[in-house]
Amino acid sequence: MNILAIDTSNQVLGVAILKDDQIIGEIVTNLAKNHSVRLMPAIDKLMKEVSMSPEQLDKIVVAKGPGSYTGVRIGLATAKSLAWALNIPIVGISSLEALAYQGRFFNGYICPFFDARRGMVYTGLYKWSEGKLNAVYEETNSLMEDILNKLAEEKKEVLFLSPDISIYKEAIMSNIGEFACVPDGPYHLAKPSHLALAGMERTADPTHTLTPNYLRLAEAEANWMKAQKEKQQNG
Amino acid sequence: MGESIMKKETYILGIETSCDETAVAIVKNGREIISNVVASQIESHKRFGGVVPEIASRHHVEQMTVVLEEAFNASKLSWEDIDAITVTEGPGLVGALLVGVNSAKALAFAKQKPLIGVHHIAGHIYANRLEKEFQFPLLALIVSGGHTELVLMKDHGVYEVIGETRDDAAGEAYDKVARMLKLPYPGGPQIDRLAEVGEENIAFPRAWLEEDSYDFSFSGLKSSVINKIHNAKQREESLKDEDIAASFQASVIDVLTKKTVRAAKEFNVKQVIVAGGVAANRGLRAELEAQFADLAIPLIIPPLKLCTDNAAMIAAAGTIAYEQGRRSDLDLNANASLLLK
Ligand SMILES: [Zn+2]
Repeated sequence: MNILAIDTSNQVLGVAILKDDQIIGEIVTNLAKNHSVRLMPAIDKLMKEVSMSPEQLDKIVVAKGPGSYTGVRIGLATAKSLAWALNIPIVGISSLEALAYQGRFFNGYICPFFDARRGMVYTGLYKWSEGKLNAVYEETNSLMEDILNKLAEEKKEVLFLSPDISIYKEAIMSNIGEFACVPDGPYHLAKPSHLALAGMERTADPTHTLTPNYLRLAEAEANWMKAQKEKQQNG
Repeated sequence: MGESIMKKETYILGIETSCDETAVAIVKNGREIISNVVASQIESHKRFGGVVPEIASRHHVEQMTVVLEEAFNASKLSWEDIDAITVTEGPGLVGALLVGVNSAKALAFAKQKPLIGVHHIAGHIYANRLEKEFQFPLLALIVSGGHTELVLMKDHGVYEVIGETRDDAAGEAYDKVARMLKLPYPGGPQIDRLAEVGEENIAFPRAWLEEDSYDFSFSGLKSSVINKIHNAKQREESLKDEDIAASFQASVIDVLTKKTVRAAKEFNVKQVIVAGGVAANRGLRAELEAQFADLAIPLIIPPLKLCTDNAAMIAAAGTIAYEQGRRSDLDLNANASLLLK
Protein backbone atom coordinates (compact mmCIF):
# COMPACT_ATOMS: atom_id res chain seq x y z
CA MET A 1 0.00 0.00 0.00
CA ASN A 2 1.63 3.23 -1.19
CA ILE A 3 0.07 6.49 -0.06
CA LEU A 4 0.90 9.99 -1.24
CA ALA A 5 -0.12 12.73 1.20
CA ILE A 6 -0.39 16.38 0.13
CA ASP A 7 -0.87 19.47 2.26
CA THR A 8 -0.87 23.01 0.85
CA SER A 9 -3.77 24.24 2.93
CA ASN A 10 -1.72 26.70 4.97
CA GLN A 11 1.79 28.13 4.79
CA VAL A 12 3.37 24.71 5.26
CA LEU A 13 3.90 22.82 2.05
CA GLY A 14 4.01 19.15 2.88
CA VAL A 15 4.35 16.00 0.83
CA ALA A 16 4.85 12.52 2.29
CA ILE A 17 4.96 8.97 0.99
CA LEU A 18 3.91 6.08 3.14
CA LYS A 19 4.86 2.58 2.00
CA ASP A 20 3.01 -0.14 3.87
CA ASP A 21 3.17 1.19 7.42
CA GLN A 22 6.37 3.14 6.97
CA ILE A 23 6.89 6.77 6.10
CA ILE A 24 9.64 6.50 3.52
CA GLY A 25 9.88 10.13 2.57
CA GLU A 26 8.67 13.56 3.51
CA ILE A 27 9.21 17.10 2.29
CA VAL A 28 8.16 19.97 4.51
CA THR A 29 8.78 23.68 4.09
CA ASN A 30 7.27 26.52 6.07
CA LEU A 31 7.83 29.46 3.75
CA ALA A 32 5.67 32.23 2.36
CA LYS A 33 6.26 30.96 -1.17
CA ASN A 34 3.96 29.98 -3.97
CA HIS A 35 2.40 26.54 -3.50
CA SER A 36 1.25 26.39 -7.12
CA VAL A 37 4.82 26.64 -8.39
CA ARG A 38 6.35 24.29 -5.83
CA LEU A 39 3.87 21.48 -5.18
CA MET A 40 4.25 19.33 -8.30
CA PRO A 41 8.06 19.65 -8.39
CA ALA A 42 8.11 18.59 -4.70
CA ILE A 43 5.95 15.54 -5.44
CA ASP A 44 8.08 14.69 -8.48
CA LYS A 45 11.30 15.03 -6.50
CA LEU A 46 10.10 12.91 -3.58
CA MET A 47 8.71 10.18 -5.83
CA LYS A 48 12.03 9.99 -7.67
CA GLU A 49 13.93 9.96 -4.39
CA VAL A 50 11.99 6.94 -3.15
CA SER A 51 12.06 5.32 -6.63
CA MET A 52 8.33 5.20 -7.03
CA SER A 53 6.42 5.81 -10.23
CA PRO A 54 2.95 7.41 -10.27
CA GLU A 55 1.18 4.17 -11.18
CA GLN A 56 2.61 2.49 -8.07
CA LEU A 57 0.49 4.78 -5.90
CA ASP A 58 -2.54 3.19 -4.24
CA LYS A 59 -4.11 6.13 -2.48
CA ILE A 60 -3.97 9.92 -2.25
CA VAL A 61 -4.57 11.74 1.01
CA VAL A 62 -5.07 15.48 0.95
CA ALA A 63 -5.50 18.19 3.57
CA LYS A 64 -8.83 19.72 2.62
CA GLY A 65 -8.73 22.81 4.82
CA PRO A 66 -9.61 24.96 6.58
CA GLY A 67 -6.87 27.36 5.65
CA SER A 68 -5.98 29.57 2.72
CA TYR A 69 -8.74 29.27 0.11
CA THR A 70 -6.23 29.30 -2.72
CA GLY A 71 -3.84 26.92 -0.98
CA VAL A 72 -6.61 24.43 -0.27
CA ARG A 73 -7.71 24.53 -3.91
CA ILE A 74 -4.18 23.96 -5.19
CA GLY A 75 -3.96 20.86 -3.00
CA LEU A 76 -7.40 19.57 -3.95
CA ALA A 77 -7.11 20.26 -7.68
CA THR A 78 -3.81 18.40 -7.67
CA ALA A 79 -4.93 15.51 -5.46
CA LYS A 80 -8.28 14.99 -7.17
CA SER A 81 -6.73 15.04 -10.64
CA LEU A 82 -4.02 12.58 -9.55
CA ALA A 83 -6.58 10.22 -8.01
CA TRP A 84 -8.88 10.48 -11.02
CA ALA A 85 -6.13 9.95 -13.60
CA LEU A 86 -4.56 7.05 -11.69
CA ASN A 87 -7.97 5.66 -10.83
CA ILE A 88 -7.12 5.26 -7.15
CA PRO A 89 -9.02 6.28 -4.01
CA ILE A 90 -8.69 9.70 -2.43
CA VAL A 91 -9.26 10.76 1.16
CA GLY A 92 -9.70 14.34 2.31
CA ILE A 93 -8.63 15.02 5.89
CA SER A 94 -9.38 18.17 7.83
CA SER A 95 -6.28 20.32 8.16
CA LEU A 96 -7.18 20.85 11.83
CA GLU A 97 -7.32 17.13 12.41
CA ALA A 98 -3.95 16.62 10.75
CA LEU A 99 -2.45 19.25 13.03
CA ALA A 100 -4.05 17.60 16.09
CA TYR A 101 -1.77 14.61 15.43
CA GLN A 102 1.04 16.71 16.89
CA GLY A 103 -0.70 16.22 20.25
CA ARG A 104 -0.88 12.43 19.89
CA PHE A 105 0.37 11.82 23.44
CA PHE A 106 -1.36 14.65 25.21
CA ASN A 107 -4.04 13.54 27.65
CA GLY A 108 -6.25 16.60 27.72
CA TYR A 109 -8.06 18.48 24.98
CA ILE A 110 -6.29 19.55 21.83
CA CYS A 111 -7.17 22.84 20.20
CA PRO A 112 -5.56 23.27 16.76
CA PHE A 113 -6.36 26.54 15.02
CA PHE A 114 -5.51 28.71 12.03
CA ASP A 115 -5.83 32.47 12.01
CA ALA A 116 -8.82 33.61 9.93
CA ARG A 117 -8.19 37.37 10.45
CA ARG A 118 -10.04 40.02 12.43
CA GLY A 119 -9.86 38.00 15.64
CA MET A 120 -11.39 34.97 13.98
CA VAL A 121 -9.91 31.49 13.90
CA TYR A 122 -10.68 28.23 12.19
CA THR A 123 -10.64 25.73 14.99
CA GLY A 124 -12.05 22.59 16.57
CA LEU A 125 -11.51 20.66 19.77
CA TYR A 126 -10.17 17.10 19.87
CA LYS A 127 -9.17 14.41 22.30
CA TRP A 128 -7.11 11.29 21.82
CA SER A 129 -8.52 8.16 23.41
CA GLU A 130 -7.59 4.55 22.76
CA GLY A 131 -5.35 5.55 19.89
CA LYS A 132 -8.13 7.41 18.13
CA LEU A 133 -8.67 11.11 17.57
CA ASN A 134 -12.18 12.18 18.54
CA ALA A 135 -13.83 15.51 17.94
CA VAL A 136 -15.14 17.21 21.09
CA TYR A 137 -16.36 20.41 19.43
CA GLU A 138 -17.23 20.60 15.78
CA GLU A 139 -14.97 22.64 13.54
CA THR A 140 -15.92 26.25 13.32
CA ASN A 141 -14.93 29.70 12.14
CA SER A 142 -15.33 31.76 15.33
CA LEU A 143 -13.92 34.61 17.32
CA MET A 144 -10.95 33.36 19.34
CA GLU A 145 -12.40 35.27 22.28
CA ASP A 146 -15.55 33.13 22.20
CA ILE A 147 -13.53 29.93 21.92
CA LEU A 148 -11.40 30.88 24.91
CA ASN A 149 -14.48 31.74 26.99
CA LYS A 150 -15.96 28.38 26.19
CA LEU A 151 -12.74 26.57 27.05
CA ALA A 152 -12.45 28.51 30.32
CA GLU A 153 -15.74 26.99 31.46
CA GLU A 154 -14.44 23.48 30.78
CA LYS A 155 -11.64 23.85 33.32
CA LYS A 156 -9.62 21.14 31.63
CA GLU A 157 -6.11 21.06 30.22
CA VAL A 158 -5.91 22.23 26.61
CA LEU A 159 -2.99 21.89 24.23
CA PHE A 160 -2.93 24.72 21.69
CA LEU A 161 -1.39 23.99 18.32
CA SER A 162 -1.16 26.57 15.58
CA PRO A 163 1.27 28.03 13.05
CA ASP A 164 -0.34 31.33 14.11
CA ILE A 165 0.19 30.73 17.84
CA SER A 166 2.14 33.99 18.29
CA ILE A 167 -0.95 36.04 17.41
CA TYR A 168 -3.06 34.55 20.18
CA LYS A 169 -0.56 33.35 22.79
CA GLU A 170 -1.17 36.34 25.05
CA ALA A 171 -4.94 36.01 24.86
CA ILE A 172 -4.69 32.29 25.61
CA MET A 173 -2.46 32.82 28.63
CA SER A 174 -4.49 35.67 30.07
CA ASN A 175 -7.80 33.83 29.63
CA ILE A 176 -7.03 30.25 30.58
CA GLY A 177 -3.33 30.33 31.48
CA GLU A 178 -3.61 27.76 34.24
CA PHE A 179 -5.10 25.15 31.90
CA ALA A 180 -3.25 26.04 28.73
CA CYS A 181 -0.34 24.13 27.33
CA VAL A 182 1.56 25.89 24.56
CA PRO A 183 4.55 23.96 23.18
CA ASP A 184 7.48 25.37 21.22
CA GLY A 185 8.39 25.43 17.56
CA PRO A 186 7.83 22.39 15.38
CA TYR A 187 4.71 21.12 17.15
CA HIS A 188 2.73 23.97 15.62
CA LEU A 189 3.26 22.82 12.06
CA ALA A 190 1.17 20.09 10.45
CA LYS A 191 3.21 17.18 9.13
CA PRO A 192 2.25 15.43 5.89
CA SER A 193 3.34 12.10 7.43
CA HIS A 194 0.60 12.53 10.03
CA LEU A 195 -1.80 13.31 7.22
CA ALA A 196 -0.83 10.05 5.52
CA LEU A 197 -1.38 8.15 8.78
CA ALA A 198 -4.75 9.80 9.32
CA GLY A 199 -5.85 8.84 5.83
CA MET A 200 -4.51 5.29 5.90
CA GLU A 201 -7.54 3.59 7.42
CA ARG A 202 -10.13 6.11 6.33
CA THR A 203 -12.77 5.14 3.76
CA ALA A 204 -12.29 6.88 0.46
CA ASP A 205 -14.23 9.99 -0.52
CA PRO A 206 -15.92 10.10 -3.92
CA THR A 207 -13.31 11.80 -6.10
CA HIS A 208 -15.71 14.09 -7.95
CA THR A 209 -17.54 15.44 -4.94
CA LEU A 210 -14.63 15.85 -2.54
CA THR A 211 -14.64 19.59 -1.87
CA PRO A 212 -12.60 21.97 0.25
CA ASN A 213 -13.49 22.45 3.86
CA TYR A 214 -13.63 26.25 3.74
CA LEU A 215 -15.69 26.64 6.95
CA ARG A 216 -16.76 30.00 5.56
CA LEU A 217 -18.94 31.21 2.72
CA ALA A 218 -17.38 33.36 0.05
CA GLU A 219 -17.94 36.99 0.97
CA ALA A 220 -20.20 37.69 -2.01
CA GLU A 221 -22.33 34.71 -1.12
CA ALA A 222 -22.63 35.70 2.54
CA ASN A 223 -23.69 39.22 1.51
CA TRP A 224 -26.17 37.85 -0.97
CA MET A 225 -27.73 35.54 1.63
CA LYS A 226 -27.97 38.43 4.06
CA ALA A 227 -29.71 40.56 1.43
CA GLN A 228 -32.12 37.73 0.68
CA LYS A 229 -33.00 37.43 4.35
CA GLU A 230 -33.58 41.17 4.67
CA LYS A 231 -35.77 41.11 1.58
CA GLN A 232 -37.87 38.35 3.13
CA GLN A 233 -38.21 40.19 6.44
CA ASN A 234 -39.23 43.42 4.73
CA GLY A 235 -41.98 41.54 3.01
CA MET B 1 12.18 13.00 -39.80
CA GLY B 2 11.12 9.36 -39.96
CA GLU B 3 9.10 9.88 -36.82
CA SER B 4 6.99 12.67 -38.25
CA ILE B 5 6.10 10.57 -41.27
CA MET B 6 5.31 7.54 -39.14
CA LYS B 7 3.51 9.61 -36.55
CA LYS B 8 -0.05 8.62 -35.86
CA GLU B 9 -2.70 11.25 -35.36
CA THR B 10 -2.05 13.86 -32.67
CA TYR B 11 -4.58 14.02 -29.84
CA ILE B 12 -4.26 16.93 -27.46
CA LEU B 13 -6.15 17.39 -24.21
CA GLY B 14 -7.08 20.99 -23.40
CA ILE B 15 -8.14 22.51 -20.07
CA GLU B 16 -9.56 26.01 -19.65
CA THR B 17 -10.58 27.64 -16.33
CA SER B 18 -9.64 31.29 -16.81
CA CYS B 19 -13.02 32.75 -15.92
CA ASP B 20 -16.38 31.15 -15.17
CA GLU B 21 -16.38 28.10 -17.46
CA THR B 22 -14.78 24.80 -16.45
CA ALA B 23 -13.88 23.28 -19.79
CA VAL B 24 -12.05 20.20 -21.09
CA ALA B 25 -11.68 19.09 -24.69
CA ILE B 26 -9.78 16.67 -26.87
CA VAL B 27 -8.73 17.83 -30.32
CA LYS B 28 -7.30 15.75 -33.14
CA ASN B 29 -4.48 17.16 -35.27
CA GLY B 30 -5.33 20.66 -34.11
CA ARG B 31 -8.34 20.79 -36.38
CA GLU B 32 -10.98 18.31 -35.34
CA ILE B 33 -12.98 18.36 -32.12
CA ILE B 34 -13.23 14.89 -30.60
CA SER B 35 -14.95 16.08 -27.45
CA ASN B 36 -15.63 19.51 -26.03
CA VAL B 37 -17.26 19.82 -22.61
CA VAL B 38 -18.04 23.16 -20.98
CA ALA B 39 -19.60 23.46 -17.53
CA SER B 40 -20.88 27.00 -17.33
CA GLN B 41 -21.30 28.73 -13.98
CA ILE B 42 -23.41 31.53 -15.39
CA GLU B 43 -26.48 30.61 -13.34
CA SER B 44 -24.47 30.79 -10.14
CA HIS B 45 -22.99 34.22 -10.92
CA LYS B 46 -26.22 35.76 -12.25
CA ARG B 47 -27.45 36.59 -8.75
CA PHE B 48 -24.31 38.70 -8.16
CA GLY B 49 -24.65 40.57 -11.48
CA GLY B 50 -21.21 39.45 -12.63
CA VAL B 51 -18.49 36.89 -12.13
CA VAL B 52 -17.28 36.68 -8.53
CA PRO B 53 -13.69 35.36 -8.63
CA GLU B 54 -13.85 33.42 -5.35
CA ILE B 55 -17.10 31.72 -6.35
CA ALA B 56 -15.69 30.89 -9.78
CA SER B 57 -12.65 29.26 -8.20
CA ARG B 58 -14.84 27.24 -5.86
CA HIS B 59 -16.93 25.92 -8.72
CA HIS B 60 -13.85 25.00 -10.76
CA VAL B 61 -12.50 22.75 -8.04
CA GLU B 62 -15.91 21.07 -7.74
CA GLN B 63 -16.27 20.58 -11.50
CA MET B 64 -12.77 19.77 -12.71
CA THR B 65 -12.65 15.97 -12.55
CA VAL B 66 -16.32 15.67 -13.54
CA VAL B 67 -15.68 17.62 -16.73
CA LEU B 68 -12.46 15.69 -17.40
CA GLU B 69 -14.34 12.44 -17.16
CA GLU B 70 -17.13 13.65 -19.42
CA ALA B 71 -14.64 14.77 -22.05
CA PHE B 72 -12.88 11.41 -21.92
CA ASN B 73 -16.08 9.40 -22.02
CA ALA B 74 -17.36 11.36 -24.99
CA SER B 75 -14.09 10.80 -26.87
CA LYS B 76 -13.87 7.01 -26.64
CA LEU B 77 -10.10 7.50 -26.38
CA SER B 78 -7.79 6.23 -23.68
CA TRP B 79 -4.81 7.88 -22.04
CA GLU B 80 -2.44 6.07 -24.42
CA ASP B 81 -3.89 8.10 -27.29
CA ILE B 82 -3.23 11.45 -25.65
CA ASP B 83 0.00 13.14 -26.77
CA ALA B 84 0.03 16.15 -24.46
CA ILE B 85 -1.87 18.09 -21.82
CA THR B 86 -2.43 21.77 -22.61
CA VAL B 87 -3.90 24.32 -20.24
CA THR B 88 -4.73 28.02 -20.13
CA GLU B 89 -1.85 29.58 -18.23
CA GLY B 90 -3.25 33.13 -18.44
CA PRO B 91 -4.50 35.76 -18.63
CA GLY B 92 -7.62 35.52 -16.51
CA LEU B 93 -8.72 35.32 -12.89
CA VAL B 94 -5.74 33.99 -10.99
CA GLY B 95 -7.68 31.80 -8.55
CA ALA B 96 -9.66 30.30 -11.41
CA LEU B 97 -6.58 29.71 -13.57
CA LEU B 98 -4.82 27.99 -10.66
CA VAL B 99 -7.35 25.16 -10.57
CA GLY B 100 -6.84 24.31 -14.24
CA VAL B 101 -3.07 24.71 -14.12
CA ASN B 102 -2.63 22.51 -11.06
CA SER B 103 -5.01 19.92 -12.40
CA ALA B 104 -3.13 19.83 -15.72
CA LYS B 105 0.19 19.44 -13.94
CA ALA B 106 -1.17 16.54 -11.89
CA LEU B 107 -2.45 14.80 -15.03
CA ALA B 108 0.84 15.36 -16.86
CA PHE B 109 2.72 13.88 -13.92
CA ALA B 110 0.33 10.96 -13.34
CA LYS B 111 0.34 9.94 -16.99
CA GLN B 112 3.89 11.13 -17.77
CA LYS B 113 2.72 13.30 -20.66
CA PRO B 114 4.15 16.56 -21.99
CA LEU B 115 2.63 19.68 -20.41
CA ILE B 116 2.09 22.93 -22.30
CA GLY B 117 0.81 26.25 -20.98
CA VAL B 118 -1.30 28.15 -23.52
CA HIS B 119 -2.22 31.84 -23.77
CA HIS B 120 -5.99 32.32 -23.56
CA ILE B 121 -6.08 34.67 -26.56
CA ALA B 122 -4.01 32.28 -28.68
CA GLY B 123 -6.80 29.85 -27.85
CA HIS B 124 -9.51 32.26 -29.04
CA ILE B 125 -7.63 32.74 -32.30
CA TYR B 126 -7.12 29.02 -32.84
CA ALA B 127 -10.81 28.31 -32.26
CA ASN B 128 -11.09 29.40 -35.88
CA ARG B 129 -8.70 26.73 -37.10
CA LEU B 130 -11.26 24.16 -35.98
CA GLU B 131 -13.39 25.60 -38.78
CA LYS B 132 -10.96 26.59 -41.48
CA GLU B 133 -7.20 26.22 -42.09
CA PHE B 134 -5.20 29.39 -41.52
CA GLN B 135 -3.59 31.34 -44.32
CA PHE B 136 -0.81 33.74 -43.44
CA PRO B 137 -0.44 36.57 -42.92
CA LEU B 138 -3.69 36.74 -41.01
CA LEU B 139 -5.26 39.36 -38.82
CA ALA B 140 -7.26 38.44 -35.73
CA LEU B 141 -9.67 40.76 -33.97
CA ILE B 142 -10.27 39.52 -30.42
CA VAL B 143 -13.21 41.07 -28.60
CA SER B 144 -14.42 39.80 -25.26
CA GLY B 145 -15.25 40.86 -21.72
CA GLY B 146 -11.55 41.11 -20.95
CA HIS B 147 -9.96 41.83 -24.32
CA THR B 148 -9.98 44.03 -27.37
CA GLU B 149 -6.94 43.28 -29.46
CA LEU B 150 -5.74 43.18 -33.03
CA VAL B 151 -3.17 40.44 -33.55
CA LEU B 152 -1.12 39.93 -36.69
CA MET B 153 0.13 36.40 -37.40
CA LYS B 154 2.74 35.69 -40.05
CA ASP B 155 3.02 32.03 -39.11
CA HIS B 156 1.62 29.43 -36.72
CA GLY B 157 2.28 30.16 -33.08
CA VAL B 158 3.76 33.62 -33.73
CA TYR B 159 1.65 36.48 -32.45
CA GLU B 160 2.22 40.18 -32.91
CA VAL B 161 -0.18 42.41 -30.98
CA ILE B 162 -0.57 45.49 -33.19
CA GLY B 163 -3.39 47.08 -31.23
CA GLU B 164 -5.01 46.72 -27.83
CA THR B 165 -7.33 48.59 -25.54
CA ARG B 166 -5.84 51.33 -23.43
CA ASP B 167 -8.63 51.17 -20.86
CA ASP B 168 -11.81 49.07 -20.93
CA ALA B 169 -12.32 46.05 -23.11
CA ALA B 170 -15.26 46.33 -25.51
CA GLY B 171 -17.13 43.62 -23.60
CA GLU B 172 -16.56 45.48 -20.36
CA ALA B 173 -18.16 48.61 -21.83
CA TYR B 174 -21.08 46.44 -22.93
CA ASP B 175 -21.50 45.08 -19.41
CA LYS B 176 -21.41 48.55 -17.85
CA VAL B 177 -23.90 50.05 -20.26
CA ALA B 178 -26.14 47.01 -19.77
CA ARG B 179 -26.03 47.57 -16.03
CA MET B 180 -26.99 51.25 -16.53
CA LEU B 181 -29.97 50.06 -18.55
CA LYS B 182 -30.76 47.51 -15.83
CA LEU B 183 -30.47 44.61 -18.25
CA PRO B 184 -29.86 41.15 -16.78
CA TYR B 185 -26.35 39.67 -16.73
CA PRO B 186 -24.62 38.98 -19.08
CA GLY B 187 -25.46 42.28 -20.75
CA GLY B 188 -23.75 41.98 -24.14
CA PRO B 189 -26.35 39.82 -25.89
CA GLN B 190 -29.14 41.95 -24.36
CA ILE B 191 -27.73 45.15 -25.86
CA ASP B 192 -27.27 43.42 -29.19
CA ARG B 193 -30.93 42.38 -29.09
CA LEU B 194 -32.15 45.91 -28.20
CA ALA B 195 -29.85 47.53 -30.76
CA GLU B 196 -31.48 45.52 -33.49
CA VAL B 197 -34.84 47.20 -32.93
CA GLY B 198 -33.52 50.61 -31.84
CA GLU B 199 -32.58 53.62 -33.89
CA GLU B 200 -29.11 55.13 -34.01
CA ASN B 201 -30.16 58.66 -33.13
CA ILE B 202 -27.69 59.66 -30.41
CA ALA B 203 -24.22 60.76 -31.47
CA PHE B 204 -21.85 58.96 -29.15
CA PRO B 205 -18.12 59.61 -29.59
CA ARG B 206 -15.71 57.32 -31.41
CA ALA B 207 -12.21 57.09 -29.99
CA TRP B 208 -9.88 56.88 -32.96
CA LEU B 209 -6.78 57.86 -30.94
CA GLU B 210 -3.68 58.77 -33.01
CA GLU B 211 -4.13 58.54 -36.73
CA ASP B 212 -1.92 55.50 -37.23
CA SER B 213 -2.82 53.74 -34.00
CA TYR B 214 -4.58 50.40 -33.89
CA ASP B 215 -5.23 50.77 -30.17
CA PHE B 216 -8.71 51.08 -28.74
CA SER B 217 -10.35 53.03 -25.94
CA PHE B 218 -13.88 52.54 -24.73
CA SER B 219 -13.97 54.32 -21.38
CA GLY B 220 -14.85 57.69 -22.98
CA LEU B 221 -17.74 56.11 -24.81
CA LYS B 222 -18.91 54.41 -21.64
CA SER B 223 -18.83 57.72 -19.69
CA SER B 224 -20.63 59.48 -22.51
CA VAL B 225 -23.45 56.92 -22.41
CA ILE B 226 -23.70 57.20 -18.64
CA ASN B 227 -23.80 61.02 -18.81
CA LYS B 228 -26.42 60.97 -21.50
CA ILE B 229 -28.68 58.75 -19.41
CA HIS B 230 -28.12 60.91 -16.30
CA ASN B 231 -28.80 64.18 -18.08
CA ALA B 232 -31.90 62.85 -19.74
CA LYS B 233 -33.20 61.73 -16.36
CA GLN B 234 -32.56 65.16 -14.79
CA ARG B 235 -34.30 66.97 -17.63
CA GLU B 236 -37.05 64.41 -17.50
CA GLU B 237 -36.48 63.66 -21.15
CA SER B 238 -37.33 60.18 -22.16
CA LEU B 239 -34.69 58.16 -23.95
CA LYS B 240 -35.54 54.82 -25.41
CA ASP B 241 -33.31 52.01 -24.17
CA GLU B 242 -33.37 50.54 -27.66
CA ASP B 243 -31.98 53.77 -29.12
CA ILE B 244 -29.26 54.04 -26.48
CA ALA B 245 -28.28 50.45 -27.22
CA ALA B 246 -28.32 51.00 -30.98
CA SER B 247 -26.28 54.21 -30.75
CA PHE B 248 -23.78 52.76 -28.29
CA GLN B 249 -23.34 49.62 -30.33
CA ALA B 250 -22.93 51.64 -33.53
CA SER B 251 -20.01 53.50 -31.97
CA VAL B 252 -18.29 50.29 -30.83
CA ILE B 253 -18.79 48.55 -34.15
CA ASP B 254 -17.69 51.56 -36.16
CA VAL B 255 -14.32 51.74 -34.38
CA LEU B 256 -13.73 47.98 -34.34
CA THR B 257 -14.57 47.56 -38.01
CA LYS B 258 -12.69 50.57 -39.38
CA LYS B 259 -9.49 49.72 -37.49
CA THR B 260 -9.70 46.09 -38.53
CA VAL B 261 -10.23 47.04 -42.17
CA ARG B 262 -7.31 49.50 -42.11
CA ALA B 263 -4.98 46.90 -40.56
CA ALA B 264 -6.09 44.21 -42.99
CA LYS B 265 -5.19 46.49 -45.89
CA GLU B 266 -1.91 47.72 -44.44
CA PHE B 267 -0.59 44.24 -43.73
CA ASN B 268 -2.04 42.72 -46.87
CA VAL B 269 -3.57 39.84 -44.97
CA LYS B 270 -5.01 36.76 -46.58
CA GLN B 271 -7.54 36.13 -43.82
CA VAL B 272 -9.31 38.04 -41.09
CA ILE B 273 -10.58 36.14 -38.10
CA VAL B 274 -12.77 37.31 -35.28
CA ALA B 275 -12.62 35.71 -31.86
CA GLY B 276 -13.86 36.11 -28.30
CA GLY B 277 -17.31 36.33 -26.77
CA VAL B 278 -18.27 39.60 -28.50
CA ALA B 279 -17.70 37.88 -31.86
CA ALA B 280 -21.18 36.46 -31.25
CA ASN B 281 -22.60 39.99 -31.54
CA ARG B 282 -24.90 40.09 -34.56
CA GLY B 283 -24.39 43.75 -35.28
CA LEU B 284 -20.61 43.35 -35.33
CA ARG B 285 -20.77 40.24 -37.48
CA ALA B 286 -23.01 41.89 -40.04
CA GLU B 287 -20.84 44.99 -40.37
CA LEU B 288 -17.59 43.03 -40.66
CA GLU B 289 -19.11 40.67 -43.19
CA ALA B 290 -20.27 43.58 -45.33
CA GLN B 291 -16.91 45.37 -45.20
CA PHE B 292 -14.75 42.34 -45.97
CA ALA B 293 -17.02 41.09 -48.70
CA ASP B 294 -16.33 44.39 -50.47
CA LEU B 295 -12.59 43.92 -50.00
CA ALA B 296 -12.70 40.26 -51.03
CA ILE B 297 -10.69 39.25 -47.97
CA PRO B 298 -11.99 36.02 -46.42
CA LEU B 299 -13.47 36.60 -42.98
CA ILE B 300 -13.83 33.76 -40.49
CA ILE B 301 -16.07 34.00 -37.46
CA PRO B 302 -16.43 30.84 -35.42
CA PRO B 303 -19.82 29.43 -34.46
CA LEU B 304 -21.18 30.70 -31.16
CA LYS B 305 -20.04 27.78 -29.04
CA LEU B 306 -16.45 28.36 -30.15
CA CYS B 307 -16.61 32.15 -29.66
CA THR B 308 -17.13 31.87 -25.94
CA ASP B 309 -14.56 30.28 -23.63
CA ASN B 310 -14.00 26.59 -24.27
CA ALA B 311 -11.13 24.13 -24.08
CA ALA B 312 -11.13 22.96 -27.70
CA MET B 313 -9.56 26.30 -28.60
CA ILE B 314 -6.84 25.75 -25.97
CA ALA B 315 -6.13 22.27 -27.32
CA ALA B 316 -6.08 23.66 -30.88
CA ALA B 317 -3.55 26.40 -30.00
CA GLY B 318 -1.71 23.87 -27.82
CA THR B 319 -1.36 21.48 -30.75
CA ILE B 320 0.76 24.03 -32.62
CA ALA B 321 2.87 24.65 -29.52
CA TYR B 322 3.26 20.88 -29.15
CA GLU B 323 4.33 20.47 -32.77
CA GLN B 324 6.76 23.36 -32.40
CA GLY B 325 8.35 21.60 -29.43
CA ARG B 326 7.30 24.03 -26.73
CA ARG B 327 7.00 22.40 -23.29
CA SER B 328 6.21 23.64 -19.79
CA ASP B 329 7.75 22.29 -16.61
CA LEU B 330 5.99 21.09 -13.48
CA ASP B 331 6.59 24.51 -11.95
CA LEU B 332 4.15 26.06 -14.44
CA ASN B 333 2.11 28.73 -12.69
CA ALA B 334 -1.07 30.65 -13.40
CA ASN B 335 -0.26 34.11 -14.76
CA ALA B 336 -3.19 36.54 -14.56
CA SER B 337 -1.52 39.08 -16.86
CA LEU B 338 0.36 36.81 -19.25
CA LEU B 339 1.46 38.57 -22.45
CA LEU B 340 0.76 37.14 -25.88
CA LYS B 341 3.97 36.52 -27.77
ZN1 LIG C 1 -12.06 34.35 -23.41
